Amino acid sequence: MSDTSSSSEPLIHARGLTKSFGAFTAVDGIDFDVAPGEAFGFLGPNGAGKTSTMRMIGTVSPVSTGELTVFGLDPAHHGARIRARLGVVPQADTLDSELSVLENLLIYGRYFDLSWAESRRRANELLEFVQLTERANDKVEPLSGGMKRRLVIARSLINEPSLLLLDEPTTGLDPQARHLLWDRLYRLKQRGVTLCLTTHYMDEAEQLCDRLVVMDRAKIVAQGSPRELIDHYVTREVLELRFHRPEGETDDSAVLGEKLEGLAERIEQLPDRVLVYTSDGEAAAATAYERGLRPASVLVRRSSLEDVFLRLTGRSLVE
Amino acid sequence: MMSLARRSLARRIVIGLRLGRPGAIATRRSLRVLEHDLLVFRRGWYSYLLSGLSQPFLYLLAMGIGLGLYVNRNASALGGVPYLDYIAPALLVTQAMMAAAFESAWPIMGKIHWEKTYYAALNTPLTALDLLVGDLMWIAFRATLLSVLFLAVIVVLGAAASPLVVLAVPIAVLTAMAFAAPIMAFTATQTGDSGFNALFRFGITPLFLFSGTFFPIEKLPLFLQPVAWLTPLYHGVAAARSLALGQVEPLGLAVHVAVLIAVATAGLAAARISFRRRLEV
Repeated sequence: MSDTSSSSEPLIHARGLTKSFGAFTAVDGIDFDVAPGEAFGFLGPNGAGKTSTMRMIGTVSPVSTGELTVFGLDPAHHGARIRARLGVVPQADTLDSELSVLENLLIYGRYFDLSWAESRRRANELLEFVQLTERANDKVEPLSGGMKRRLVIARSLINEPSLLLLDEPTTGLDPQARHLLWDRLYRLKQRGVTLCLTTHYMDEAEQLCDRLVVMDRAKIVAQGSPRELIDHYVTREVLELRFHRPEGETDDSAVLGEKLEGLAERIEQLPDRVLVYTSDGEAAAATAYERGLRPASVLVRRSSLEDVFLRLTGRSLVE
Repeated sequence: MMSLARRSLARRIVIGLRLGRPGAIATRRSLRVLEHDLLVFRRGWYSYLLSGLSQPFLYLLAMGIGLGLYVNRNASALGGVPYLDYIAPALLVTQAMMAAAFESAWPIMGKIHWEKTYYAALNTPLTALDLLVGDLMWIAFRATLLSVLFLAVIVVLGAAASPLVVLAVPIAVLTAMAFAAPIMAFTATQTGDSGFNALFRFGITPLFLFSGTFFPIEKLPLFLQPVAWLTPLYHGVAAARSLALGQVEPLGLAVHVAVLIAVATAGLAAARISFRRRLEV
């Protein structure tokens, strides 16, 4: 919580924040603060409690126990006032298939009590911003997944929010669509909009987030900037070795483990590959060859948040 | 949480009554929800209009005039009232009820479960109660429109003895609310539409047939008559018919209207709770 002690009030402030559904605890006493202008991320696998946290911040799900303020206001009493200043991009598109692209934005502006004229002005501007102007009068259904997401982002901006909540904004999109979306989010950040997003993609977290918390099983297990987390929990490089296991041959992980012993500061044996954490991947690969290992493929790469997550939880992010 | 919800609904009703307009539970925000529904309506208003006129015409032609030829031979059965005049106000009310029952089932399910557009709306200052009240207003609007069109067909066919028949329209809208509110409460507890099939098969359709629409409930087996008394459709049909025939008994009419208001109000309270349980968790 180092950078929240500055003079500016946090936009979101949570202490011991908990959400339970009956006996099930979805969010278990988490602490975090989000400062104005920041891009803040919740990284974790499905079921870690990210969406429940976002819904509490969005004031659409009551806090079970603990403390939460958004814009310094209590969601239990000032839900409508908070939501008036929030933009929300939910996990599901929730677009209205009975209305056109433009009408989806117009009516959403009305929900925020904008006049029809103002709503129309902003809608046209936003369609331009997300590059959907030509589709303004089309129905929503035939739009591609990436276009629908862009429309949802446009919709979330109709009230000119100072805080944008994005729940897995790019899940299910192809790489091009993701990059276009990231670009728009980056521009919003440049304009001073605070971003708060969840993701289970490490590259998304690395691209977009100034600071993030890693969530697993309803709790925060680590926090920091993407670079800090990587520096702190993993080595600079990772050597990935894949081995062909001939049909019928028994599990030789013990033998493999012996041969890899002492090769690097940490070795992770996954079902399909072996990860060797080292500051020099090439050197480690050479040593592996010297020891008689003949992997089917060898890859040296920069370590990522995926590795951080594996280190912290023993499991990978995307199953 | 629940008691708070109930108190705030009660307060809105109390404020509404004090101001002399029960509609005050309709906030400005819930009007936005109605605007949404009207925006959708604008795209297909002509098909609503077409079916709103052709349905009553066909029904009255086939049942009132066609079937009526045979029924009228036994003229004393309905106290000398032509069959067309007998069923016209009843059909006006039942079709408003049918439309309301449909609108509060599948389309609401779509907004809650299939398309989840309610969840998008809840990310704005709107609340679950605004969505409920706004969509009820839309259903009331649709029931009004259908009933006015039905009334026009009745007038054209000369199927009403009294000018009081125009009051069948508010009776039909009230009946529509007495169905829409409790069905919306039910819809918000469902996760698919299989419950609706049962609701229509065992609830709505039997009501349509046996609530005094086509024949007096006195012709029902004795043990079923009190059941008919408990159903809101019976009261809507009886009230509308007494007005259309110009045979109004003030006390009877007051009871019918009171039952409809009671059912609609209880339904609204139940729907408020079930909407919150479903949407604000």
